[in-house]
Amino acid sequence: MLVFLLRRLAQSVFVMAAMMVVVFFGVYMIGNPVDILISPDATPAEIDETMARFGFDQPVYVQFLKFVGNALQGDLGRSFVHGEPAVQLIISYMPATLELAALGLIFSVLIGVPLGVYAGYKADRWQGRAIMTGSIFGFSLPNFWVGMLLILIFAVELQWLPSTGRGDTVEVLGMRLSIFTADGLQHMLLPALTLALYKASLVTRLARAGTQEALVQDYVKFARAKGLSETRILFVHVLKNIMIPIITVLGLELGSMIAFAVVTETVFAWPGMGKLLIDSILTLDRPVIVSYLMLTVIIFIIINFAVDVIYTLLDPRVRVKGGAA
Amino acid sequence: MTVLDVQDLQTHFFTDAGVVKAVDGVSFSLDAGEVLGLVGESGSGKSVTGFSILRLVDPPGRVVGGRILFRGQDLAQLSNREMRGLRGNRIAMIFQDPMMTLNPVLRIETQMVEAVRAHERVSPAAARDRAVQALARVGIPSPAERLEAYPHQFSGGMRQRVAIAIALLNGPDLIVADEPTTALDVTIQSQILAEVQELARETGTALIWITHDLAVVAGLADRISVMYAGRIVESGPTDAVLTAPGHPYTEGLLGSIPGHGRRGERLTQIPGMAPNMANLPEGCAFAPRCPRASDSCRVTAPQITGAGPGRSLRCHHPGVTAEGAA
Repeated sequence: MLVFLLRRLAQSVFVMAAMMVVVFFGVYMIGNPVDILISPDATPAEIDETMARFGFDQPVYVQFLKFVGNALQGDLGRSFVHGEPAVQLIISYMPATLELAALGLIFSVLIGVPLGVYAGYKADRWQGRAIMTGSIFGFSLPNFWVGMLLILIFAVELQWLPSTGRGDTVEVLGMRLSIFTADGLQHMLLPALTLALYKASLVTRLARAGTQEALVQDYVKFARAKGLSETRILFVHVLKNIMIPIITVLGLELGSMIAFAVVTETVFAWPGMGKLLIDSILTLDRPVIVSYLMLTVIIFIIINFAVDVIYTLLDPRVRVKGGAA
Repeated sequence: MTVLDVQDLQTHFFTDAGVVKAVDGVSFSLDAGEVLGLVGESGSGKSVTGFSILRLVDPPGRVVGGRILFRGQDLAQLSNREMRGLRGNRIAMIFQDPMMTLNPVLRIETQMVEAVRAHERVSPAAARDRAVQALARVGIPSPAERLEAYPHQFSGGMRQRVAIAIALLNGPDLIVADEPTTALDVTIQSQILAEVQELARETGTALIWITHDLAVVAGLADRISVMYAGRIVESGPTDAVLTAPGHPYTEGLLGSIPGHGRRGERLTQIPGMAPNMANLPEGCAFAPRCPRASDSCRVTAPQITGAGPGRSLRCHHPGVTAEGAA
């Protein structure tokens, strides 16, 4: 287990280093942030002064080495635009995104798993076919369109739910969260549903495929021969066997929901990290972009690790390797 | 008392290639405590017969004819819920491959307790007690501890014992055992055979032992029914059938078993292959492989005829006659 952890850690460090190099030089090549930061009618002297202040007058490799040197000391630089340390800036936007992703994940599981299992159970019947056809919509409708449609229906026409913003927040463990207030939760519903739709379709299809595969197994027939109810067979015997691929995919999807929920956050004016990333790219705010993507790597690493832990909970056969079996 | 009475059972599979008559007019009955050996090659319909009794035939298969009376009750008349109440409770089944029948991700305890609680309102603790007793009865050492384990922590033989213990949990009147020892090695096989026989005697449970291996049922079954191409071609008391087989197919099966006192002798084999069930020959299905086949065999299918006490045959040219059977 320790060896496994260490190997994982080494891999992650390498990925983060690679990420740092690629993003740093990538953003450098796109353009000079000073052009954006400074007003167009600034004098050449002012421009030179600003360039010197941010270190843009140095050759790129010097800038990079300085950046790496600082990074090794835990300093990923300050945002050119906001003046705040980049990491701190990102973290201040993080709770909004995390809670949105969490709710989206919960929705996609609650919708996708039962639908998928049922579709697999009724694979040859109209119910199964209807669910599968429905899931194609979930796949192919673009996120921004779904978001706007939901706003149109629930916020504009029915006026049941608010369309933008976070609503009331409360401080929990030092983070400002909407999910624990009634108003905040109302604000979250539409964006979370928008995020969940695609994932739910994905989960539906995975659950259906898994269920179809599991239903022909001997252990299902044996469970039937024991006189168990179909509900118990489906949601205990089958479900526990099909969760591993679902968890794997959901882990990856959670990562992308956290890091790249840009479109949904923009449509619903949700002040999350995705919006921060887009704004930073537009202003070529290099420290923020680099830190953001490195943070993304860390998030994926953590999620992957959590997924591995969940595997061992779901499948006892995975457990044996490390333990004393 | 007659526990099970199967009359003219017909289970057909409606496939793209045509209707496969996997079970085509099978009849037998079973008294309490009796052991019936249902013998045949792969694809002879013996497993489908077993699944038909539990109403667990998967589509495209369907029971299309005949009656299955369990303690006088026609199983086809029961609702799904009532049928489920019988399964695992009054009629239990043991499957062929112990590696596949237990759910790999659930503890033995879960799988046993649920089998009890599906049929009786008992506390989890009481169900667990019964599970421990059942495991002990099939010879699993330190059963209370083993209950915590997962299937992969058992050997094949132990897993099959667990499956048997599950079948015994609710004290069924009938157990359908579908080749339960085929996947096990010979020493384990004989242990399990002996134990099951003893258990059936003790509890008065009737047993249908489905197998392709005549040697297995020789020591176990009271009666034998030999199946070929979806039909029972010969049945009778085990000793009578084994010592004086009437049907050429039974004879062929017996001839292909290596045994004592036959060292150096050539094993006989049944020529040809098991028939294509979607396209059976006209007349007797065994005729193309039969040494005694005559023209009439290829035209008309033989009917069941009595052949001595408790014996019946489906053959135009039986090796034993009604007089010779005794």
